[in-house]
Amino acid sequence: MPAQESTIRLHLSGIRKEYPGCLANDDIELLVNAGETHALLGENGAGKSTLMKIIYGVIKPDAGKIVWQGDAIQMNGPAHARQLGIGMVFQHFSLFETLTVAENIALSLPAEESRNMEALSKRIREISAHYGMALDPDRHVHTLSVGAQQRVEIVRCLLQDIKLLILDEPTSVLTPQEVRELFRTLKKLAAEGCSILFISHKLDEVTELCNAATVLRNGRGTGRCNPQDVSSEDLARMMVGEDTPLNQNYQKAEGGETALSLNNLSFTPEDPFGVTLNNLNLKVKAGEILGIAGVAGNGQDELCALLSGEEITRADSIELLGQNIGAMSPDQRRRLGFAFVPEERLGRGAVPNMSLVENTLLSSSHRDLKANGWINYRKVREFSRDIIEKYNVKCANEYAQAKSLSGGNLQKFIIGREIEQQPKLLVCSHPTWGVDIGAAILIRHALIQLRDEGAAIIVVSEDIDELYQISDRIGAICDGQLSPVKPTHEVGIETLGQWMAGQFGHDSANPSTVESAHA
Amino acid sequence: MDIDLITNILFATFKTGTPLILIALGEMVCEKSGVLNLGQEGMLLVGAVVGFIAASVTGNYFLATFCAIFAGMGMAFLFGYLSITLASNQVATGLALTIFGGGLSAFLGTNYIGIGLEGIQVWSVPLLSDIPVIGKVLFQHDPLVYLTLALFALVFWVFRSTRLGLKIRAVGENPEAANAIGINVQQIRFMAVLFGGAMTGLAGAYLSLVYTPMWSDGMSAGRGWIALSLVVFASWKAERILLGAYLFGFASILHLVLQGTRFEVPPNIMAMLPYVATIIVLVWLSSDAIKTKMSAPKSIGQPYRPLA
Repeated sequence: MPAQESTIRLHLSGIRKEYPGCLANDDIELLVNAGETHALLGENGAGKSTLMKIIYGVIKPDAGKIVWQGDAIQMNGPAHARQLGIGMVFQHFSLFETLTVAENIALSLPAEESRNMEALSKRIREISAHYGMALDPDRHVHTLSVGAQQRVEIVRCLLQDIKLLILDEPTSVLTPQEVRELFRTLKKLAAEGCSILFISHKLDEVTELCNAATVLRNGRGTGRCNPQDVSSEDLARMMVGEDTPLNQNYQKAEGGETALSLNNLSFTPEDPFGVTLNNLNLKVKAGEILGIAGVAGNGQDELCALLSGEEITRADSIELLGQNIGAMSPDQRRRLGFAFVPEERLGRGAVPNMSLVENTLLSSSHRDLKANGWINYRKVREFSRDIIEKYNVKCANEYAQAKSLSGGNLQKFIIGREIEQQPKLLVCSHPTWGVDIGAAILIRHALIQLRDEGAAIIVVSEDIDELYQISDRIGAICDGQLSPVKPTHEVGIETLGQWMAGQFGHDSANPSTVESAHA
Repeated sequence: MDIDLITNILFATFKTGTPLILIALGEMVCEKSGVLNLGQEGMLLVGAVVGFIAASVTGNYFLATFCAIFAGMGMAFLFGYLSITLASNQVATGLALTIFGGGLSAFLGTNYIGIGLEGIQVWSVPLLSDIPVIGKVLFQHDPLVYLTLALFALVFWVFRSTRLGLKIRAVGENPEAANAIGINVQQIRFMAVLFGGAMTGLAGAYLSLVYTPMWSDGMSAGRGWIALSLVVFASWKAERILLGAYLFGFASILHLVLQGTRFEVPPNIMAMLPYVATIIVLVWLSSDAIKTKMSAPKSIGQPYRPLA
């Protein structure tokens, strides 16, 4: 794409970065103009994050040239990048939870600007008002919602004289409404001449927001284009290559016998920031996928913890295949055919420092992998290899540490591990969160297949498109209460949006009656 | 008990609490930055012996105190180089430092055992020290007692209202994020460790030049360890360290005094009093789990290495 008319703000060429066993970036070219909103597209492991960290000075490239506003430069770390006017909002926020908003921001400013905290608070209020981002400078960061934490990160960048703002998958943690607010802010920023580098998997967002794009695949650039001129399908093709099927329409299923029922499930968490669950009633049938939508922090975590057995409750409030499991430990539940894919991959889904083989054993210990109390490592290893092969997990080998895998690959591994145990009930929390298109398709496909084999599946997700695509019935959770649950084709997006906001209509007085009508 | 006895107990409370405050404040700064230095006992002994030797040789207590501080910093530098620059395991390195310090101080002090010194003299505050009771308790101490209170005020102020305090907390909570906004994590941590070494060296000088002006092997008697646990029980708060250290000092003195009376409790039980009292009070103070979590440095003990 010719860009001679406008001024070039950042030009990278021949960027190369090699890690042991992995060529993260290979001869990459990236050109960002002033005032341009530039998308950086690519699957997990394509090298986007590495490239961003090179621009922001967190890591040094092995080779390549960085030209910033016409001058070839050597980036000497994040402090240098910030001096040049480069700001970055990380996917995993780099905020300090025990400090207030103003203190967090003060830390990233030059000392002379942060001396007067009152003046700074005033500036924070002004800037956040100017860009339409509500923010209270005196609150502690750990009390803020994820969306608000992201606003802190953005405002932190805006307080300096910013020329290039890098956002690493900013929308993956936001509600649809927050995404719209963010886009308004970014458009305003771009109109004022700031360049934006926007990393995302979500093509519709890129099409809406960006006027240039660079696509990476396996550490190499596959081209620069204008997303306004190119169809989403073509962009997706450039990302995943030629041989991955893109869109799938899945047959909806009716389901059979009731596999799981929640009977007046109530729960008051010990954590003062947790959500109290109120009288939940729900029936999930064998051979169906039930989708639960909702904005994060409305009781999903508590519900999942109760289902998985991390929290226990009255025995008869959760019933799996006729057995009261509410008071059982996770291991007892797994023996009955329960499987669970938690939202946090590292820490709950897998132990970061353990190998994939050991991680396999962790949730499959009741399977045929032990004899007379001894672990049969040969079998465990074979089982891990099967998962890696079948679910196309990219890793060095089955002894790779869980934390060495990219998010999408680890998720494929965890989903595979759970599905291969042939569960009767599978609970998945955000199964494709932060996962690239190819992996997401594979994961959804595996879920549908498991459903067709007769398992009951609950998918808790914030990705509404995904829920519509794979759920047979759909409902929403808001403030610890469940909406009615109806067949997906009967629920319009407006209705679901109302449910997510807690407006359950006249059904809300007694959701259980609606539920039983479908059960 | 007469008024003189009470006055003496309170006076001694300040003396006993002072070295604990110095060590614990230094360690608190160090831990706030994310570095756990278990080598306090070793640094303390080296500080004590170097201060004592310098005082014996030169007779200049001012100079001797500085020598002790530098000795503590030297030990801290060793610890910092290993655990920060080379990113070694902090726990193992700290324990090694304690053992090393114990041996080194015994070696250096061989020829100085049994020598007595005059010690640093009391520096009475004019006018104020003439007030009955209070004057004796508060204003007839050696300079290091006052200096300790000034250092407490300094640390308290740094964490309450300076950018440096924010930086130290940030580095201790999330070093990756701190690096990402351009804070030099290694540098802040190294400074914190050196400060901790200086404080402990000063505490060593206090032991061998003021508290008991002499040198004997292992004269620190576990104070480094007590200070370490004091930091945790005080939930990394300077004002609670002050409170806990004086409380510990008070209880230590009290048990000595009570042994001299007709109080019929086995002395071993009484010897536990300072520990039990300090732990009960500080645990009670830190019973608010959320507030305690807020002040605990999250990345403590984890070496940080910036990415290549």
